[in-house]
Amino acid sequence: MKTSPETSQLLKVLPNDDILQQCIHCGMCLATCPTYDLTKLERSSPRGRIRMIRSVARNEMELSELFAEEMNFCLDCQACETACPAGVKYGRMVEAARVLIDEAGLTPKFQVFIKRFALRKIIASRFWLKFFSRLLWLYQKSGMQKLIRATGILKLFSKNLPEIEKLSPPIANHFSDSKIKEIELPNGEIKFKTAFHFGCLMNTMFADINIDTIDVLKKVGCKIITPKDQVCCGSLMAHNGDMEFALNLARKNIDVFFKYDYDFLISNSAGCGAFMKDYAHLLEDDSEYASKAKLFSSKVKDIMEFFAEQKSELNFQSISKLELKPELEIITYHDACHLVHAQKISSQPREVIKSIPGVKYIELEEASWCCGSAGIYNVVRYDDAIIQLQRKMKNIRNTGAKIVLTGNPGCMGQIKYGAEKFDVDVEVLHPVTLIKKLLS
Amino acid sequence: MDTSVKNKIKSIVGQENYFDSYEDRLVYSYDGTPVIQQMPEAVVFPQDEEQISKILELANNVKFNVVPRGAGTGLSGGSVPTENSVVIVMTKWNKILEIDDKNLTATVQPGVVTGILQKEVEKIGLFYPPDPGSLNVCTIGGNVANNAGGLRGLKYGVTKNYVLGVEMILPDGKFLRTGGKNMKDVAGYNLRDFIVGSEGTLGIITKVLLKLIPKPTKSITILAYFDKLTDSAQAVSDIIAAKITPAMMEFLDNTTINCVEDYTKIGLPRNVEALLLIEVDGRGSEVKDDAETIKFILKKNKAVAVREAFDETQANILKTARRSAFSALARRMPTTILEDATVPRSELPVMIEKIVKASKMFDVMIGNFGHAGDGNLHPTALTDEREQKELDKAHRAFDFIFDEAIKLGGTITGEHGTGLAKKQFLEKVTGPVGLDMMMRIKRAIDKNNILNPGKIFSISPKCEGSLPRKREQIKNFDENFS
Repeated sequence: MKTSPETSQLLKVLPNDDILQQCIHCGMCLATCPTYDLTKLERSSPRGRIRMIRSVARNEMELSELFAEEMNFCLDCQACETACPAGVKYGRMVEAARVLIDEAGLTPKFQVFIKRFALRKIIASRFWLKFFSRLLWLYQKSGMQKLIRATGILKLFSKNLPEIEKLSPPIANHFSDSKIKEIELPNGEIKFKTAFHFGCLMNTMFADINIDTIDVLKKVGCKIITPKDQVCCGSLMAHNGDMEFALNLARKNIDVFFKYDYDFLISNSAGCGAFMKDYAHLLEDDSEYASKAKLFSSKVKDIMEFFAEQKSELNFQSISKLELKPELEIITYHDACHLVHAQKISSQPREVIKSIPGVKYIELEEASWCCGSAGIYNVVRYDDAIIQLQRKMKNIRNTGAKIVLTGNPGCMGQIKYGAEKFDVDVEVLHPVTLIKKLLS
Repeated sequence: MDTSVKNKIKSIVGQENYFDSYEDRLVYSYDGTPVIQQMPEAVVFPQDEEQISKILELANNVKFNVVPRGAGTGLSGGSVPTENSVVIVMTKWNKILEIDDKNLTATVQPGVVTGILQKEVEKIGLFYPPDPGSLNVCTIGGNVANNAGGLRGLKYGVTKNYVLGVEMILPDGKFLRTGGKNMKDVAGYNLRDFIVGSEGTLGIITKVLLKLIPKPTKSITILAYFDKLTDSAQAVSDIIAAKITPAMMEFLDNTTINCVEDYTKIGLPRNVEALLLIEVDGRGSEVKDDAETIKFILKKNKAVAVREAFDETQANILKTARRSAFSALARRMPTTILEDATVPRSELPVMIEKIVKASKMFDVMIGNFGHAGDGNLHPTALTDEREQKELDKAHRAFDFIFDEAIKLGGTITGEHGTGLAKKQFLEKVTGPVGLDMMMRIKRAIDKNNILNPGKIFSISPKCEGSLPRKREQIKNFDENFS
């Protein structure tokens, strides 16, 4: 077998050889892997992928199309990390491998285009993100969308394009950062000093969720600082093999928030929260930022995690003063991968949801199984994503729930799309929106 | 292997079920066993019995080896490919064909995952007890081939106690059906029990008929901590002597407790020397009585704390934590060599001391845990396969442990199988006559020694090529072929 000289670069991308050696190939991950479940092939499993990455890193195997295909086939949902008793950092290995295959030109060009151009130039730039969001908004509101869909013109470009077009969530009329003041104060006494990271998608496409978050935080006695000059967390770039760019965003965020006095940095977007918690780890070798990153990450809290941890202090009593609806709402909860697997947050949201009066909670079968959204996976690998989505929608249908709650914009968009495509009568909400509805 | 042979295999199973890329061969070069690996020539997913039969006929005609494989979670190298071999993967044969609630049996394909079968039968109040640590992943076919045990072995026995019938393709391609739904059957040799634990050397299992039992309706899970290893071992002996048979009685030492706690974060104390996880189950008031007696015995043996799980969820969290023990130990060191020495239960305290001694004598970190109730321990060497010296030390420690186990009337493997990892020790347990009988049976059934050769024992060097005979040779073997 030939080996290419550059492949040992993988070792440079990865911290050291130990991370590769840690997998003892016991196979405990197999049962939780959505791609292994589809193909039943070892190479589509975390254990198989780790073995291949190890061989590439040790120059025993060359980068191949098959290798690239399996690395890109992975949803990076990290369910295997939850299942792994040995604590193998699978996600970091796959992300490192993706850097290599992108550089080697083994990733389809349009995917690289989306990864590089769209993520760097649009998502990471608030100006362009807003600009394109406005365009999308105009497209949706002007009747253009109806026209395009009616003509079926997108089919001419690619068979999946009409479907991918539908994935774009309806854009809100406003951006949240223009509505949220830099410092928001509760009506009564300040119980918690918090800061808020408003995210990219949450700010533009799901702006109302951010506004709901601020409203709820104020109601429970939080002072909220939302620095205007904060930037994208960098998670999408890092997961798609653009780590350097992501780390620069991380440094910028650390600097921005460092100026303020707060105890909790609230995120309502699972992907952002997970990645910001990881800053400490990612920058541990950066002499200038290591300690600042550690402090920054230690304060990051998912909104549901914050509510669950502070439940004795939080005044959710106000909720129970509400008039209960005559019928109980059947509600279920989908675990966003970046909450349950990346942040190990699964009991907290359930605890908060169940404590809401008037809720009849039904547990979703395979709740922690990826919905297929997986960052930009549903755009770049539409066909593979749809299989996972179909499975998710079947489970949601079986609960009979009228509302499905989930804590990540990607999942929300994906499940909304799934509800339409597979005709499931269910509303998709962020838990904080439900709480807001009941509070006001 | 010749391209023409590969093409023939491809035409038998079809292009879409045949894999021979470097990547595919690489990822089937191992199972759950540390250190041992070997790349196969090809990997196939047969669609029916006829295809398996044809592959085996071809293997006899043109001489290549066939290695059957389930989920690849085995711990003795039983499904690691041999030289010049084709791997037959059975994981796609994953249908539960019948659950017969009148006869209390289940008919399953070999690729059915053990945990999934358990969930299905429990839905209708039935119970399939064997529960190896990998039950969410491992398959019934692999369980039968290795006579898998598990946590509940103490009260409910192991896989062999639940196999009523087997269908398999013999090494010459012939189809065998043995056993059936009869609870009693003494017609001829008991082939069925003979196939259980044959580690894929006598045939490829294609269907299994399993016995089910009514599900116990009550259970109590008890957790006890000890400051001394010997106290915990004595408590186990005392519970057995009190004529109580718990469903499980699991032991974890301090190293294991800490690794499991690192993974699960369920609040296990990090400073105790040993932990016992005990479950009693049944249908009536005896469950509560037994639990009380056990608690009394635990306290009498200086348990520093005795707790009871307050509901099924908590009990399951504890059992899941215990099942993660082996893999969790990998948090400490990159290579974990898990062994399976088993002694008569009365000798458990002695064996635990011998393991501590081995750890000190050979300067190897050993995490110890296991099924204390049935004398089945899993001393696990925490080492680094990249350092030959460290690996050698671990192997010397295990040589010592095995010898001591055998001296105590024990065995080299309680539930993981002999495979490649333990075959050099086999004769010490079976004696020369026993080993010879096994080999004669293998020769009679697999004339050309094509089916999983070199596992359990070595028949002849000719058909096995340069398979290692000693642990020390495995490293070289590895370098030559992978």
